[in-house]
Amino acid sequence: MNIIVCMKQVPDTEAQIRVKPDGSGIVDSDIKFVMNPYDEYGVEEALLLKEKFGGTVTIVCLGSERAIEAIRTGLAMGADKAVHLDDPAFEGGDAFSTAKALAAAIKGMEYDLIFCGKQAIDDDLAQVGPALAEMLGIPQIVVVTKVEVSEDGKKAKVNRQIIGGEEIIEVPLPAVLTAQKGLNEPRYASLPGIMKAKKKEVKSVKIADLGLDPNAVGKAGAKTQILKMYSPPQRESGNIIEGETAEETASKLATLLREEAKVI
Amino acid sequence: MAKGIWVFAEHSDGSVRKVTFEILSEARKIADKIGEELCAVIVGNQVEALADKCGPYGADKVYVVENEMLNQYTTEGYTKALTDLVKQHQPSILLCGATVTGKDLFPRVAARLETGLAVDCTDIGLDDSNQFFVKRPMYAGKAYAEVGFSDATPKMASIRPNVLIPSPPDESRKAEVIKVAVEISPDDIKAKVVEVVKIAGEKLDLTEAEVIVSGGRGMKGQENFKILEELAEVLNATVGASRAAVDAGWKLQSEQVGQTGKVVSPNLYVACGISGAIQHFAGMGTSKYIVAINKDPEAVIFGKCDYGICDDLFKVVPKLTEEIKKLKKD
Ligand SMILES: Cc1cc2nc3c(=O)[nH]c(=O)nc-3n(C[C@H](O)[C@H](O)[C@H](O)COP(=O)(O)OP(=O)(O)OC[C@H]3O[C@@H](n4cnc5c(N)ncnc54)[C@H](O)[C@@H]3O)c2cc1C
Repeated sequence: MNIIVCMKQVPDTEAQIRVKPDGSGIVDSDIKFVMNPYDEYGVEEALLLKEKFGGTVTIVCLGSERAIEAIRTGLAMGADKAVHLDDPAFEGGDAFSTAKALAAAIKGMEYDLIFCGKQAIDDDLAQVGPALAEMLGIPQIVVVTKVEVSEDGKKAKVNRQIIGGEEIIEVPLPAVLTAQKGLNEPRYASLPGIMKAKKKEVKSVKIADLGLDPNAVGKAGAKTQILKMYSPPQRESGNIIEGETAEETASKLATLLREEAKVI
Repeated sequence: MAKGIWVFAEHSDGSVRKVTFEILSEARKIADKIGEELCAVIVGNQVEALADKCGPYGADKVYVVENEMLNQYTTEGYTKALTDLVKQHQPSILLCGATVTGKDLFPRVAARLETGLAVDCTDIGLDDSNQFFVKRPMYAGKAYAEVGFSDATPKMASIRPNVLIPSPPDESRKAEVIKVAVEISPDDIKAKVVEVVKIAGEKLDLTEAEVIVSGGRGMKGQENFKILEELAEVLNATVGASRAAVDAGWKLQSEQVGQTGKVVSPNLYVACGISGAIQHFAGMGTSKYIVAINKDPEAVIFGKCDYGICDDLFKVVPKLTEEIKKLKKD
């Protein structure tokens, strides 16, 4: 079974995000970058399926040179090889133009299943997976918490989170699944894993390799543009309610919620 | 030229979801400014009765797209139904709620129509030259962006529930109802829903709740969430949790609030035994009012809440439930 995992490098969740004074983007010089947490679930699930069915796990990553660190993390976890779309022409895009480049790269590959993360925690778009599925002409299932592939590897039974519960969906493969927390517990890269990862193949892919029009990808091919970024209003520290007993503070709080905040 | 603002009217259990009315109300203002009509689109099976609900919130027309194959939501069935209709009528703007369904459907529809989509928006409007633009959080709300669109149409956006304010409905306002047939064959739907597993007690999704009572590691065990459920009962709230509480197995993943859980913006968020880590705050920082109950005076959350009580939550929460009950009786 050949599995592709689409992966993005993003700021660590601990990172304080500071917007540049001119609103053109964020200050990223002092930020630690990691593999998108949802993509980790995708890598882990792909590895579990490989352990059962054999085959290969390939990471496909669109991102700058810096993203190689996240790619190496995936390889150290156990992925076999990687494809790195590292042409600057691919950068600065939106979900549409990003999916366009990924789809072009993936079209020439053999795959039975594609994992993406539920969303990347930087843009929070949750859009690349479905757009990729559409461009490849295959079904999508998003926010997946369980995957069971049939013995013959031809179809899968997949749980997806919905309001008030889960849907169980049967889908012929190949399909795009977007991984949600809870799908599995991603493994840590082992020391031998890290050593091995250094020797694994990472293929660099440029726009010319895909035969794409430079106007179709990256910033030029985007259908939406960020006009300006800004910081959310900072919350001030609030009213800490004093009182002798829990009864007294609780009563004061209830009154404030009713009379000042008017929320009850 | 593309014309008309369309709102995908989401429904469940035989009623139109509130977020649809929130969007219609705001979209009405945009439609008036640019002189275009406002249409709702209802997709499903035997859903015509819902069409009447959209006029009072500003819809001029309601397209009702019906087919037996649309009885249950599927990505492929709904994508086909909606894109076929959009291609025929070519609206300039297409909106929906950033709900479980909207987040699945709209990315696929946008890709098929080769157009731009901004998701999970907290505001929509027109710039000085009447161009449509949106505001949306990024980095789980640690930053915001104003987003504009290329010339491709329709310009698509999904809007976070609970942020736009619905207008009071004008019951005398009637929309023209247009029934549309759509052809869908079983082969069109490859990913088939074979079962729906309901989780008992979970009725309103956190992202749509107006009041949320959340518990963290300070709850100390699954059984103690009972006191939060009792508080939630009197507040008509949904119960959420921090990641620590979810990872301990006390609460479900679907109940986690935060950067890797759900991003919520209720009117009132009551955090009990939650320290206020950056990843948790990313998920609830836009709540209108935040209450923190924590016994550690140094807890970060006290620096970011509207009201705080520094005390043992096991003493405070039951008293708070009682006090609110009393107030509500008066
Ligand atoms: C990649 C990544 C993603 C993450 N995503 C999320 C996310 O989406 N959501 C999320 O919540 N976290 C997330 N986290 C985890 C986050 O960093 C914190 O660890 C977590 O939010 C802590 O949860 P907590 O506040 O319940 O626990 P703690 O930080 O342990 O706080 C417990 C609090 O309870 C108080 N307390 C204890 N007993 C009592 C009592 N009797 N009465 C009153 N107060 C009491 C304590 O004073 C303390 O402040 C993420 C972390 C990482 C690394």
